[in-house]
Amino acid sequence: MSDIAYRQTSDSVPPLTATGSAYLEMVRRKRMYGGLLLVVFVALMASGFSLAEHRNAGGFLNGLPNVFAFPSEVLAEGWEKRANLPGLIWEHVPSLIETINIAAVSTLLGALMAMSLSLLATRGLARWPRAIPLFRRTMDGLRAIPEIVIALVLIYILGGGPIPAVIAISLHTGGALGKLFSEVAENADLKPIEGLASVGATWGQRMWLGVIPQVAPNWMSYGLLRFEINVRASAILGFVGEGGIGHDLKLAMQWGQGRYDKVVAIFLLLFLTIVLIDRLSGYFRNRLVKGH
Amino acid sequence: MTTATLTQTDVNTIVQGFARKKIFAFAVPGVILLYLLYAAVSFDVMGVVQRARMDNAAILLSDFWSYKTHVTRDNRNGEVTVAIEGENKGTYPAGMLPDWVTIEGGVTRVDLGDGHLVTYDDAGARYVVPGYGTVDIKPEGGKLTLTAPQPLPEWINASDNRVTTTTDAGRFTYTRSKVETFKYQPGWELFFFTLDSPFYGKGFGDLVALSLWGDRVNPAMPNIEAIAVDIWTNRMWRHGDVVWAIFETILMAFLGTMGAAIIALPLAFVAAANFMPLSGIRFACRRVFDFIRGVDGLIWTIILSRAFGPGPMTGALAILITDTGSFGKTFSEALENIDEKQVEGLKSTGANALLRARFGVIPQVTPVLLSQVLYFLESNTRSATVIGAIVGGGIGLLLTQAIITQKDWEEVAYYMTLIVLMVMAMDTLSGWLRKKLIKGDS
Repeated sequence: MSDIAYRQTSDSVPPLTATGSAYLEMVRRKRMYGGLLLVVFVALMASGFSLAEHRNAGGFLNGLPNVFAFPSEVLAEGWEKRANLPGLIWEHVPSLIETINIAAVSTLLGALMAMSLSLLATRGLARWPRAIPLFRRTMDGLRAIPEIVIALVLIYILGGGPIPAVIAISLHTGGALGKLFSEVAENADLKPIEGLASVGATWGQRMWLGVIPQVAPNWMSYGLLRFEINVRASAILGFVGEGGIGHDLKLAMQWGQGRYDKVVAIFLLLFLTIVLIDRLSGYFRNRLVKGH
Repeated sequence: MTTATLTQTDVNTIVQGFARKKIFAFAVPGVILLYLLYAAVSFDVMGVVQRARMDNAAILLSDFWSYKTHVTRDNRNGEVTVAIEGENKGTYPAGMLPDWVTIEGGVTRVDLGDGHLVTYDDAGARYVVPGYGTVDIKPEGGKLTLTAPQPLPEWINASDNRVTTTTDAGRFTYTRSKVETFKYQPGWELFFFTLDSPFYGKGFGDLVALSLWGDRVNPAMPNIEAIAVDIWTNRMWRHGDVVWAIFETILMAFLGTMGAAIIALPLAFVAAANFMPLSGIRFACRRVFDFIRGVDGLIWTIILSRAFGPGPMTGALAILITDTGSFGKTFSEALENIDEKQVEGLKSTGANALLRARFGVIPQVTPVLLSQVLYFLESNTRSATVIGAIVGGGIGLLLTQAIITQKDWEEVAYYMTLIVLMVMAMDTLSGWLRKKLIKGDS
């Protein structure tokens, strides 16, 4: 017995040179795979760009000189009529507020939906453990539908205005935040919940008093990040559908030359808002996650 | 045994703390509720509820799972046409009729099922509704004369110029110029073959038999090819165009994301504090990232579509520019958080900056960067749908066009299904790739 065992080990210990060559062999193979992957990737990118170029109305190289034509035209006219700008900016503040309201309401509603969905879909916390896959698939489904699809269909039913955008963005937010919330809740400490269960707390009480206080900072941080994304989304939805600053921008663009001062005013307003919200949410997220 | 004693001030602090928490616990939901109330008022929720077009919702829902066939007689020349969805593309050619319509001489019979029978003849038109009676309409002296059991139920809408009868089986409309019957049937008709295709109306088994050993229907090509061509060029559902549109959307997302990553990676080194000693350049680079992100995808999309015209290239460039800002920021943060020891080790062997970056930094940050890129690829597939609607390319364009016509809801349903499937597929793909590439179980 011991002889065999001894012989086996002595056979299986290769000389050092063999290890060295095996290592070099591995490196070579790794490099070859890496090189192949790179070639495939470059080929994909090149053929993709040439195909996209082929199916585009205007060519890339033809259009390149025009990239700055439109912005400079707009900026020149805006500069010429710079005296109008403060007034125009002020004029569009109400629709900016509408855009921000759409984003805020849909973030709130989406976060409320995500709260319940994520708690119901987290192992260890779920009210009905058997239904976890159901709630997970619900969140996947909500995440997969682009906002524009729901918004355009709802515009047909509900007419214009901000409500279709709110519903569309909240549904998507519910799915997206639900996934993140559930990842946070998975790491929650279960002891407070057990303690609450031992004194006869209901499921709702256990979640509200045992889980929410633990996960609140991370959830808030994700919520703020989502708010930032939703402001952009609500501006875009306004451009495609109706309501808010996006719609004003579309109208001003359709007017074309002569109203470019309006376009500049809206660009400026949108830019400043997005930067401001970006900064504020970054600051608060830092405070929430790192604690002051 | 030690006893802890609470001074009065400690007790006061604790009580105050609890009181503050209590107020907070009620104030936060209260403020949120107040804000939502304000929003409900400012968005005019009540008005929207009143103005909501529930009939539109019903049309939409029924189009999602059913189709209607129009049987129309032009009252001026007596010509009868049968057309699916009333569209030119779906009109039955001469000599071909669905089995529930018969035309003999000047009499057209439409069987709506369950005993509902509609007859058009020279005198006018009749609709036999089981359990109610016959709705008979005759044009007399430029007016329509309606004979039906009295009192008229609310599903018959009659005036001198127009009589509409709506039942569960279908809809029957008589105006002076034409008489029209809609029959609703479940399914998406003509999904594979249009009426002019020789394969229309054949079952799956027949098609398999035809493609494997049947005689050639079209002498120019084998049956299996003819079947594929007929499906691909289906004029009603335009499968070829739709597949191209989906492909274009994914292409936009792929080119935009990957292009942005390639451009952002070197720039991120310039913007990272541990690689760029000159704080002025670093600062400038970061401000460029902030500017690109602040201008926002919407504005970039508008500017680019002015320069390049509609198409996938414009969409790809719009995604590329927007994401360069986001990637630049996250990549440079990842670079600042690396472990310096490996770089130091390489430095001690005399490696130059490029080699240090290649062997000391890139292997460390690759997992973080890859997972970022894959996450963006997935979310850009969704964005590419919206950007496609603005720049005019991909499935987003088809979807907005179908919605604007306000009648092709079955196409809207089809595109929505495809978009959801596309996004879910990209989600799965990016998750799978992330697992493969980052955890490295190849």
